[in-house]
Amino acid sequence: MKLLVNGEERNVDAPPLRRLLDVLREDLGLTGVKEGCGEGECGACSVLIDGELVNSCLVAVCQAEGSQVLTVEGLNLTPLQRAFLDHGAAQCGICTPGMVMAAHRFLLSGAPATDENVREAIAGNLCRCTGYAKIVEAIQSAAAGAQR
Amino acid sequence: MERIELEHQGMVGRSPPRKDGADKVTGRARYLDDLTFERQLYGRTVRSHVAHGRIKSIVWDPDFDWSDVTRATAADIPGENVVHLIEDDQPLLAHEMVRHREEPIALLACADREKLEEALLHVRVEIEELEPVLDPLQSTHVFKSYRIEQEPAGLAEAFARHRVVEGTYRVGHQEQMYIEPQAVCALPRPDGGITVYGSMQCPFYVHRALQRLFRLEDDRVAVIQVVTGGGFGGKEDYPSMIAGHAALLARKSGRPVKMVYRREEDVAATTKRHPAVMHYRSAVADDGTLLALQADIVMDGGAYVTLSPVVASRGVLHAAGAYRWKHARIDCRVVRTHTPPNGAFRGFGVPQTMFAIESHMERIASELQIDPLELRRKNVLRVGDVLPTGQKLESSVSAREVLDAVAAKSDYARKRSASVGAGSKRRGIGIALAFHGAGFTGSGEVKLKPRAGVELTERGARVLSVSTDIGQGTITVFAQMAADALGVALDDVEVADPDTSLVPDSGPTVASRTVMVVGGTVTRAAQSMARILAAYVAEVFSVAEVECRGGIFSAGGKSLAPFAAVARRYLQERGPLSVIENYRHPPEIAWDDASYRGDAYPCYGWAATAVEVEVDLDTYEVSLLGVTTATDVGRAIHPVLAAGQVEGGTVQALGYALLEEHFWDRSGKLLNTRMQNYVIPTALDVPRMQTVLLENPYPHGPYGAKGLGELPMDGPAPAVVAAVLHATGALVSELPLSPDRVMRAVAP
Repeated sequence: MKLLVNGEERNVDAPPLRRLLDVLREDLGLTGVKEGCGEGECGACSVLIDGELVNSCLVAVCQAEGSQVLTVEGLNLTPLQRAFLDHGAAQCGICTPGMVMAAHRFLLSGAPATDENVREAIAGNLCRCTGYAKIVEAIQSAAAGAQR
Repeated sequence: MERIELEHQGMVGRSPPRKDGADKVTGRARYLDDLTFERQLYGRTVRSHVAHGRIKSIVWDPDFDWSDVTRATAADIPGENVVHLIEDDQPLLAHEMVRHREEPIALLACADREKLEEALLHVRVEIEELEPVLDPLQSTHVFKSYRIEQEPAGLAEAFARHRVVEGTYRVGHQEQMYIEPQAVCALPRPDGGITVYGSMQCPFYVHRALQRLFRLEDDRVAVIQVVTGGGFGGKEDYPSMIAGHAALLARKSGRPVKMVYRREEDVAATTKRHPAVMHYRSAVADDGTLLALQADIVMDGGAYVTLSPVVASRGVLHAAGAYRWKHARIDCRVVRTHTPPNGAFRGFGVPQTMFAIESHMERIASELQIDPLELRRKNVLRVGDVLPTGQKLESSVSAREVLDAVAAKSDYARKRSASVGAGSKRRGIGIALAFHGAGFTGSGEVKLKPRAGVELTERGARVLSVSTDIGQGTITVFAQMAADALGVALDDVEVADPDTSLVPDSGPTVASRTVMVVGGTVTRAAQSMARILAAYVAEVFSVAEVECRGGIFSAGGKSLAPFAAVARRYLQERGPLSVIENYRHPPEIAWDDASYRGDAYPCYGWAATAVEVEVDLDTYEVSLLGVTTATDVGRAIHPVLAAGQVEGGTVQALGYALLEEHFWDRSGKLLNTRMQNYVIPTALDVPRMQTVLLENPYPHGPYGAKGLGELPMDGPAPAVVAAVLHATGALVSELPLSPDRVMRAVAP
């Protein structure tokens, strides 16, 4: 089947119910997509499908057929990622790619970057290192930069 | 976060982007499961299904095709069947007895993961069940006990003549819940040795464990830490177990074997924070002066000794809190139960006892009707005070300062005197104080003799240590410290990968010792290298008083040569230059293991936490409205990373306070092993935090720095207790403060 991953058309030969997470990591080598729980709780495997944030561990690859899939590898040190770096929003880094995707989706929404909105936007992405403070700061800083 | 103004030119005290940051934010960083090894197999573990019993047989289904499955049991271990740590009581694979429900008994490896899962269903272990002991108070098997006394002759009189306040405090297990599960890959080597790559905190623990399991000489083992997705203590000792398993399968199959735990397996089988029951009894003068303390602490060690003696020791040494007592007797025992071994988790025994003493301070304040902040101010430790082990505090004591800072920043006085409300929503604010000994307990560092250093590169230097970066920022802060000592830019310093075949043993990455102990040793090594190179430049240019600043060697204000040019010339003329130093323990810091008296830690970090809550008297839910911390770190090498440690540790502690709880059935089975039913805080569960860093330098620490990593874990839980007490008038003496516990305390 054909997938559009990070702007490129990719041919995938996989059983239709194989997890999108496994196809991305193992078949396409996109190991920036992480697995933390395998049940849609931690958000480490977050990617965008046609602009919507999903847990790729809960998506069968056939559900993404013909859709645009965006992973962290499709972002190339964007101002958002730069803000994560500058604000110390990544510690161990295992949640970071998923967190970046959730934040990217939030910035695309154009919603005002209030504390509450930002926290709501990343509530499906668990981080055990940072206590979220620097992640929220980074997203707010990137949102402010995007407005200027 | 408060800004700290800098007057100097160096990197220490600044917050450059972390060196591994770009790889992490772009997804390029490769964690263990992101690596693929040629011809790799996947490994799985056959575990016990009962908590206590005698193994009768392992039955391999004769109708199953085992031809492409590698199988291993205890009989395959060429060396000693022990996971080497403090005691050698834990087997790598159980062979006679099982002592907890997740005990590993056999191992399987296969190239095909689906077949591997099916194979697991075709192994049956027959076990004769025995009665498990699950309640630590019922256990008669004591791993270790401690007693600390301070002028005990006066205890009886103090309790007879003064007001006595008494309470019992309870905490349960807490799961580290690093987001990356345990993961290793073991590779067999042509020389009969083993190389292990893995997610871990302490590569030399794994190295030594493998040597004993496989009877291998030192140079036949290499253990390499790869980018690690969180540890928090959970990857201190357990990696020796999973690495031993993968290595056994790798040796038997002759192929690399990767083992990555699923979340449920990780939560069920690996170590957690020790549960504890802590009974406190104190004698107090009417004006609030603390006089005498008796504490009796029982910790649940789980099935094997692992790190329990040192966890209990650290808990005991902090059990009296950051206060002056005239008389004290503190007893603690850590006992065996038939549950998986409990182990290291950030705080290492202190979050338990600090919860008890700080909740007890709230009880005392409440009984004396004194403001709890005033009670603390009256009794806090100051320079010159003596701890129960006889340690006299000589410097870097900030108990009063962190209390005052957190009170001011959180607007405590105004909020404390405001109405708590009258309807179903009640508001309250509370403060807790914590301190945390930095570095190993007692003579730990002296016995370990940690070594670390730097080697010259064509551009600058490479730091050599086995201290791992598990997110806290080791790579970046070590480079900052070495860069300043050498007078070069941060980019000119690299940090070697922790590989036991290449770097000196600087000890495990635990105990808030990385910056203070290993970083200090790295700094001294870099200073030695700076002197060697300055002497070389002086000789080459025939000048005196050479120094290097900003990457340029100069003498008397005259620039001579860039560092890189000097480095290249030195390497060409004189060959490789590497300087390895031993950690130098301050000689006046002395501890006696036999009497358990003396200076338990070279110095202490101090922190105060203020928490504001709203308690819903219809649902008994506790919501956090505000969290403020003030923390004395000695010197913040990297203020953003330091604040990140404080904020992250605080939120783990708030999870401990409000959300995180394990449930066990009567057979010793852990019932909640998933992220769906063991709940850690999300971004919505915690409010915006105010983080204040204070710098009261430790004279023997590099640039004044002292340990920080664990300290933020100690105070927030009792601060929540204090705030809920203020809001409702009820003291909840057991964690977590779930609605059922709050209800029982508020409306008994």
